[in-house]
Amino acid sequence: MGASAGDKTLRNRALTIGSLIVFAAFLWWAEEGVDAYKVRIINLIAINAILGLSLNLIYGMAGMFSLGHAGFMAIGAYVSAILILSPDQKLAMWILDPIAPWLLDVQSPFLVSLIAAGAIAAVFGCIVSIPVLRLGGDYLGIATLGFSEIIRILITNFTPITNGPLGLKGIPPHASLLMSYGVLAVLLFCMVRLMNSNFGNVLRAVRDDEIAAKVMGIDTFKIRVLAFTLGCFGGGVGGALMGNLITTIDPKMFMITQTYSLLMIVVIGGLGSITGSVIGAVLVTTMLEWLRFVEDPITIGSLYIPGIPGMRMVIFSMLLIAVIIFRREGIMGMREFSWGWLLRDNARVNANDAK
Amino acid sequence: MFMQHFINAIGLGSLYGLIAIGYTMVYGILRLINFAHGDIFMLGAYFIFFATISHGLPWAVGAMIAIAGATFCGLLVDRIAYRPLRNAPRISALISAIGVSFFIENFTVVVFSGMPRPVVQPAALMAPITIGSVRLVPLALMVPAIAFILVAALLWMLYGTKPGLAMRAISYDIETTRLMGVSVDKIIALTFAIGSALAAVAGILWALRYPRVEPFMGIMPGFKAFIAAVFGGIGSVPGAMIGGIVLGFVEIMSVAFFPTLSGYRDAFAFLLLVVILLWKPTGLMGGKLEDKI
Repeated sequence: MGASAGDKTLRNRALTIGSLIVFAAFLWWAEEGVDAYKVRIINLIAINAILGLSLNLIYGMAGMFSLGHAGFMAIGAYVSAILILSPDQKLAMWILDPIAPWLLDVQSPFLVSLIAAGAIAAVFGCIVSIPVLRLGGDYLGIATLGFSEIIRILITNFTPITNGPLGLKGIPPHASLLMSYGVLAVLLFCMVRLMNSNFGNVLRAVRDDEIAAKVMGIDTFKIRVLAFTLGCFGGGVGGALMGNLITTIDPKMFMITQTYSLLMIVVIGGLGSITGSVIGAVLVTTMLEWLRFVEDPITIGSLYIPGIPGMRMVIFSMLLIAVIIFRREGIMGMREFSWGWLLRDNARVNANDAK
Repeated sequence: MFMQHFINAIGLGSLYGLIAIGYTMVYGILRLINFAHGDIFMLGAYFIFFATISHGLPWAVGAMIAIAGATFCGLLVDRIAYRPLRNAPRISALISAIGVSFFIENFTVVVFSGMPRPVVQPAALMAPITIGSVRLVPLALMVPAIAFILVAALLWMLYGTKPGLAMRAISYDIETTRLMGVSVDKIIALTFAIGSALAAVAGILWALRYPRVEPFMGIMPGFKAFIAAVFGGIGSVPGAMIGGIVLGFVEIMSVAFFPTLSGYRDAFAFLLLVVILLWKPTGLMGGKLEDKI
């Protein structure tokens, strides 16, 4: 006899809260106890997970192939950076053109800038999506890619607002481990609630068969615009955190390759799986860091092997091709992690036990 | 002055057109955006660079080697990265294409290093000639001439020969064509070969015209050629050429007449893409878009 359903919910909730506390304690210790390089990678995992999740919402859950995430990241990163830089820093930094006067004295706390970053990216996402979402499939991908490039070119040329190709430097490093993982936790909570709600069902219906969803009376266009806008909000927040972690941003950071690595995270983890995107972020981030060794010179005794520039990305792209050819559904497919799955108390196992 | 810009625009546009043909033919048959196509173009430029400048072969021989090499690479890409995904969802093949593009670019960095290399232009093509008030180099005329001859040959091939008929049939309905006894895989390979060869020609001419090669040189021309293909109506060879020339004109003329906008040069192409997709997603020469249920 298994425990009743109510007991299990209680147990799962206790397990979730317990593991969150343990993990928060680990982060609190890691901030000081681990060397700066590792802290940075752990931090980058959280940011990539945020970005991967927001892309997954657009692509995996709502079925809209978007290649424009880097553009929305760029908007978020710039909004946040401009909001938290001090007026003195701004005066010193804008060399090519003086900064627009109305921007000079604008300054806000970090959290406000984070929300503003997401909100402005979402506004742009909404504006872009209304014309673009009339397209389907790969045309949509190309059109979003076009918009992402346009955003990047605008940022490069709107010198009074963005400081142009020089980028922004000396952004105060607000993205501590607890901050990044805190944002990730909030996002995870929202995503899980969202996908378990009726909105989640509607989203899946639109993705799996748009015409059938329309027949059921769903305003598919509105749903897709909403999902795209929410995804862009996440992209903006992720971009802002990224800027705060690296402390310098410039337009070249937000090229199409940035979108590709997010796509890699989502595809490896499994399209449409929240758990998958987190696993994908962990794997891709650590792998990209670990692969740096192939580009560094290695000395074994008297043997000197020079580093090979570009090799890291060669291996990375080969992995992407291999995953898509041999395991298209990624690691998780569309499955999700649950305590029940971990503790093996699903129906099939129980039935086997009874025999 | 206007004539000068006109010739530059035709030259740039016909190069975009040559690359766009590869996109449009592959998309017409497989409904796949071959992201790696711009990189095949880059390989063409690299092969001619190494054949002629590094190994001192004559340009004609170098061009043969470059075309053969790039064609081989195009076929290899199809065999390894696209053919296993023929029955998969289209987006899977697209992601595979992105992976291949990434791979070719970085593999080129590994093998040839990321450093841009200057191309020495042959003197015969660079001796200026004067026609009326226009001074130009023979190369500027050679580029569009070669492009138009190749397009004419391709159109003859598509509309006058059996393989061309098979290609057009596949783009209508691949399954029925297979049932008719056409070996579809061979025809698809032929499509990739033709597209890659034309991209290699564009790469060679590009390396001569804008004398520099580097591993990421294919990205922007690739995107723009794709935009040209969409503009002209994807699936249509004359459309790709027209789209390419329109794009060449938009780029050259906007910068020529509004020099302050030169920073936005690349944005114009993408803006054109967004506008055409919204206004007429099937492009200038494209047919009606059908909703399949």
